[in-house]
Amino acid sequence: MEYKLKRIKRRRVIPGFPLSMGITLAMVSMIVLIPMASIIICASDLSLQEFIQIVTAKDVVSGYVVSFSCALIAAIINCIFGVILAWVLVRYEFPGKRFLDGLIELPFALPTAVAGISLTALYSDQGWIGGIFAKFGIKIAYTKVGITIAMIFIGIPFVVRAIQPVLEKFDPQYEEAASMLGANGSRTFFRVIFPEILPAMLTGFGLALARGIGEYGSVVFIAGNIPYKTQIAPLLIMSKLEQLKYTDATAIALVMLVVSFLILLLLNIIQVHATKRTT
Amino acid sequence: MYVELKNITKTFQDYKASDNVSFGIEKGKLIGLLGPSGSGKTTILRMIAGLEQPDSGDIFINGERVNDIPASKRGIGFVFQSYALFRYMDVFDNIAFGLEIQKKNKKEIKDRVLELIKLIGLEGLEHRYPNQLSGGQRQRVAFARALAPNPQLLLLDEPFAAIDAKVRQELRSWLKEMISRVGITSIFVTHDQDEAIEVADEIIITNQGRVDQMGSPLEIYKKPGTPFVAQFIGQSSIVEDYSSLVGFDKVESMNQAIIRPEFIRIAKRGELKQYLSAAEEGVVESIAFRGNNLEVKVQVNGQNFTATRSLEKESIQVGEEVDVLIYRLYVFDEDRTYLLENKAMKDDNPVFI
Amino acid sequence: MSIKQDSVDLKKGAKITKTVLITVSLLFVIIMLVIPMLILIVYAFKDGFTKYIEAITDTYTIKALRLTIIATITAVAINTFFGLFAAWAVTKFYFKGKQLLLTLIDIPFAVSPVIAGLIFILTFGRIGWAHGFLEAHDIQIVFAVPGVIIATIFVTFPFISREIIPVLNAQGKDEEEAAALMGASGFRIFRKITLPHMKWALLYGIVLCSARAMGEFGAVSVLSGHLRGKTNTLPLHVEIIYNEFKLSAAFAVSSILVVLAVIILILRNIVEYKAKKGGR
Repeated sequence: MEYKLKRIKRRRVIPGFPLSMGITLAMVSMIVLIPMASIIICASDLSLQEFIQIVTAKDVVSGYVVSFSCALIAAIINCIFGVILAWVLVRYEFPGKRFLDGLIELPFALPTAVAGISLTALYSDQGWIGGIFAKFGIKIAYTKVGITIAMIFIGIPFVVRAIQPVLEKFDPQYEEAASMLGANGSRTFFRVIFPEILPAMLTGFGLALARGIGEYGSVVFIAGNIPYKTQIAPLLIMSKLEQLKYTDATAIALVMLVVSFLILLLLNIIQVHATKRTT
Repeated sequence: MYVELKNITKTFQDYKASDNVSFGIEKGKLIGLLGPSGSGKTTILRMIAGLEQPDSGDIFINGERVNDIPASKRGIGFVFQSYALFRYMDVFDNIAFGLEIQKKNKKEIKDRVLELIKLIGLEGLEHRYPNQLSGGQRQRVAFARALAPNPQLLLLDEPFAAIDAKVRQELRSWLKEMISRVGITSIFVTHDQDEAIEVADEIIITNQGRVDQMGSPLEIYKKPGTPFVAQFIGQSSIVEDYSSLVGFDKVESMNQAIIRPEFIRIAKRGELKQYLSAAEEGVVESIAFRGNNLEVKVQVNGQNFTATRSLEKESIQVGEEVDVLIYRLYVFDEDRTYLLENKAMKDDNPVFI
Repeated sequence: MSIKQDSVDLKKGAKITKTVLITVSLLFVIIMLVIPMLILIVYAFKDGFTKYIEAITDTYTIKALRLTIIATITAVAINTFFGLFAAWAVTKFYFKGKQLLLTLIDIPFAVSPVIAGLIFILTFGRIGWAHGFLEAHDIQIVFAVPGVIIATIFVTFPFISREIIPVLNAQGKDEEEAAALMGASGFRIFRKITLPHMKWALLYGIVLCSARAMGEFGAVSVLSGHLRGKTNTLPLHVEIIYNEFKLSAAFAVSSILVVLAVIILILRNIVEYKAKKGGR
């Protein structure tokens, strides 16, 4: 045993492996692994039947539907605007470009609660934008539309920042080659450029979707939390905790974790396929 | 022996990088470790340096077993393939780094660094950063940095790989001269046979994790010890059916042969004054201009050979029928090679090339 | 139609596309990002300047700001410490399970903040397995300042290591090996060779980490227990006064966070600019 230890020790030329690895593993265990394991420990107290009963309760299912559907729509909208924004920021020169580029990061820097109350104030019936729509009888705040808008707000930087570097590296010669061959603008874009940025866009889509599903601070104010209508899944966990129903909260959280994990896995697989085609 | 490797074995996952490697190097020699990529030459170098550990076997430097001595205590200078110059330090600080670790005093460090900068001919550039230097200059700095702490052994990993062809030629002779001036035992790794032959006192040829042969460049060229060496050194073509050629008999268990261009003479009809009986008839397949001679491919009885022909001689055409005189060839089996002379030529005058 | 005419048409088309796309981008950014900022400032001063000052100098606001700063500094310090060691281990050595380790480090990114809070309740709370131990030693984590700090550390855990690791991976380990071969100590190699390579990435990570740490809401909300003046951070304080319908005060307090966010954005841009320029 001692011999083996010695061998491992002298195999590394650069010093500091035991120390850095030790600290890394200890901290990952303490901060991530052990607390995450608590979910499993707590959920294992439930029988399968109890578990199913909790997560199929009407309010819980509606919470999932609201969270997932709004996050999905928001992520799709973010993909469209994300591509346009990234394109404009990389390819065009115009006054205020640097400022615009800096603004994209605002949702990262701004505390979510602050974003939440601002968006609510803006889109409520008395708000600047909400007021305009209210005249036509359209409500935005306290509806799924409002939730989706909040999720667009927090998701947009993920998509833009994923696509930007790929576009920057993309050689304009390909576009020139395509246009020399007689392809028009939109054809060049969809046949030549789009396949190149697709993997990056999917990464951004996945991150925005995951963030949207889990988001709390910016959504909770604009959602209004009307049971069965605009109650998001994280809020359900929150209210179960307030009622001290810890196991219920854990079961709801576990389903969210599993679904998020599956979405990311699926996107990863699609992405691997997309990259294979182009390289 | 100054550096000695005994039965070294090293495996990475399922890839055998070193398979029972043993050799010894005398003090003061400049050794070239030559082999195709993946033959395990860099692994051998890294194990001598202590950057990798052998799975089994012993490494001795100056009579002392160094397996358990950490890389930093082995007294070795190492020049990395990419040079690994410290990008955030200037030339002076790069060269001084090893001396600072040895806690030399400031004056001593300065003297030694300036001496080395003078040696490598980069006076006035001591405050440049690596990215402000050319490839050749970087290599010189890497060389000086490795030499600064006065190592007893200098190891260089593909020292010319990152330099463009023109400068490479110049740096080869420069490095050879530098090393002989400093008088340090050195080992360098290369996949380029011209480089090894030109620079090294002795060459070690590696193949699939084994050492195939060790010897002076001339020795290796003249007496290849294994079929691999015979094929790897020089420009060779393989002959499947050598016993059908005039003057060569089948040797027991040796099924194939290797011919080098310089073993073959191509002559126009009537050009050959002697040995006509030892020559074969052939047809010219293609001719390529190679700068200082012509490379001629001929077909003899359905087998293709490559030979060279001097530009001074009368020109030949593609499709022309020519006499092909084969002086000698190497025959080989799994692990042996023999030089076989054209028997039919012995009847006449002595051999000439 | 001549070829010349064709190319003029093409250029005209490209120009129209450019104008349309820039307009769409500007509209999106203005509606989604700029107007929410504007409304915040307008609402903050709605009840006049004195009310504004009153709101931001309120004792509870100051206390919340102090806790936010403490939690942010602690999280940044701990995550920097972790990030440096993790990046060193991951980029300078070969070992089995590296990919798994990287995935584990990234978990906090993928987890909802509310779930992040929940896991610490399940660990340290009344039903948590560590509760007995904590009670015996009279340590309170849940609904106390340590809980707020732990939640902040968790949600920002990968921020710094993730910024440094790609930079060090791209740099390789030749330089470190060369230095180690000459006998340099680990600390010396780190300080003289590795640190100069990653200093901008490190600063960038610290900036991002601070932004997220000071704004964290969901996880902190679960763990703090909302004890005004004790475990309330600034974002939680905003929520409380918002729910008391003191709109103007809520926006006034928010404006402090906005100023901090803007400072962070400016720092971020400076760091990015310097990193691009200094990337020799």
